[in-house]
Amino acid sequence: MRHSKSFYIKNYLNYAIILVVLIVFTVLSLTGSAKLSTLLLLEKIAISVILSVSLCMVVGFLGELSLGHAGFMCAGAFLGGKASALLEPVLGNGILTLVISMLVGGFIAALFGVIIGLPALRLRGDYLAIVTLAFGEIIRSLVMNAPTSWFGGTLGLPTPKFNSKYLFIVAFLMVLACLAVTQNLIRSKHGRAIASIRDNEIAARASGVDVTKYKLFVFTVSAFFAGIAGVLYSYTQTRVQSVNFDYNYSIEILVMVVLGGLGSINGSIIAAVLITFLDVELQTLLPGDLAVLQDLFYALILIVIVIYKNAPGLKSFRERYNLRKLLIGRFAAAADAQSSTDSVSGKEEE
Amino acid sequence: MDFLSALINGLSSGGTYAIIALGYTMVYGIAKMLNFAHGDVIMVGGYTMFLTLMALGHPLVALAAATVFCVILGVTIERLAYRPLRGASPLAVLITAIGVSFLLQSLAQIIFGSSPKMLVQLQISGGITLGALSIDYSTLLTLAVTAVVMVVLSLFVKYSKTGRAMVAVSEDRDAALLMGVNTNAIIAITFAIGSALAAIAGYLMLCKAPSLSNTMGAMPGIKAFTAAVIGGIGSIPGAMLGGILLGVVESISYSVPALAPFTDAVEFSILILVLLVRPSGILGKMRREKV
Repeated sequence: MRHSKSFYIKNYLNYAIILVVLIVFTVLSLTGSAKLSTLLLLEKIAISVILSVSLCMVVGFLGELSLGHAGFMCAGAFLGGKASALLEPVLGNGILTLVISMLVGGFIAALFGVIIGLPALRLRGDYLAIVTLAFGEIIRSLVMNAPTSWFGGTLGLPTPKFNSKYLFIVAFLMVLACLAVTQNLIRSKHGRAIASIRDNEIAARASGVDVTKYKLFVFTVSAFFAGIAGVLYSYTQTRVQSVNFDYNYSIEILVMVVLGGLGSINGSIIAAVLITFLDVELQTLLPGDLAVLQDLFYALILIVIVIYKNAPGLKSFRERYNLRKLLIGRFAAAADAQSSTDSVSGKEEE
Repeated sequence: MDFLSALINGLSSGGTYAIIALGYTMVYGIAKMLNFAHGDVIMVGGYTMFLTLMALGHPLVALAAATVFCVILGVTIERLAYRPLRGASPLAVLITAIGVSFLLQSLAQIIFGSSPKMLVQLQISGGITLGALSIDYSTLLTLAVTAVVMVVLSLFVKYSKTGRAMVAVSEDRDAALLMGVNTNAIIAITFAIGSALAAIAGYLMLCKAPSLSNTMGAMPGIKAFTAAVIGGIGSIPGAMLGGILLGVVESISYSVPALAPFTDAVEFSILILVLLVRPSGILGKMRREKV
């Protein structure tokens, strides 16, 4: 891989864009000209971005399907939320409480990540997917049925509120942190080891990659950030309810990752922004049973994209009508081949 | 006596799980994919029964209509969504199957609304009493149907030409193709059988609890897959064993007050335990991954 100048710019462009958005909205928020609903939307977008980037690590780079991402988020939301509720009388309702509870939520979710990573060492593919799904449901069921004094039972856990004018700043900083960790991990030698497990586990093992260690590691890091997203989520709600973390939510995160293109971090970010924005906007546009049109739309996206990208019969069609080539021309295609992010689809196209 | 009646209830719900699990295990064994939409085929069968009952009014006619419709649906799904992906990465196939499951659920909600429909015509009430023990007719029906399905399916796979072809495809698809087996047709037949079983399972579920909603198949579907995995995927007796085991565990855990709210957690923990101890399931064959 050649490290040309454009390569570096491309790597840091996403940080720059996020920072610009952050600064613009911080100024708007400080001058009081940003609407609260806009800030809430930003928080939601930041949470989705963290979730999709962290899931992208497991699905896109490690190549294992996790259907329990909402479960990690649930663990983070409830245990971190509980921590913040306990800390609030002692430390007040400030940034310190938020940071500590985020760490608590993140680490507890990471612990669950280790627990779920352990079976992942013995299982692959469909089996692992069903085990992650099962884990997510177990976490949710435990939280929902724990004594009411712990997590509030079915009513939900009341959590303290952070100043809603500034919460999105914390959320955006967490997005940057998540991005930095993921991106640097993927581009390091560890990242290449992880991608090699995805492409061929036996070959990776034979080349001396410690498959066990890396699988566990990816699950843990991914769960850590999902936990942090959970704590942030708990701060946007008056009461955190476990119903919201069912496996449909895991699938929604998966849709973001797939829509963005498996193995593309920037793609996951864009898809997360797009889907969250649509979610919030459509909620007001489509009342009642019509809201399900959105699910229908997601389902169709998922099916069409995956078949289009992966069907062996469509390979020649894909090569002839490559969207990127048509849009940007030959130059971009050449640059792309050089700085290949080796996505699942990218493999066949090059 | 409480334990005994919990056991019998467990056998009955386990029977339903087993029939659903058979659909999963056959498709998994032959097409090597987890048909995530299998549970939702049950739901579609339920709505077909609902519509036929409104029009014609006889439960058995409804069951027949549902079976036919499910078979058509299952084969169509296989043709449109799964066949184009044959040979693609398993992850892609799995994600597509999840998409199909979502598609069916949301379509059903758009067409029929989210409020559950009651199919009281299907409900079988009453039962027989043996001393202090009472057994519902629906339980007896489920057990009988489960036994018949298992015997017929085992015989079919063992002695019919199509059944032997199924075994061949599940052992080695390429070799079967070279021996003149039409693998695409065999896979389509497998989906047809699985979907017909899903319709029967839906009927049995509605006999016991006649409430029909667009998510009715989702949880039983996941649990039945769990059962198929516990029993050993790809094995017909394994699916039966896993289904009945899961049903009994569910029912017993439900009858213990301290465990009752955590029933789902208990069931899924069993899956994880079994997979940790024996990754190929109780009756599954160990398969060595080849380079």
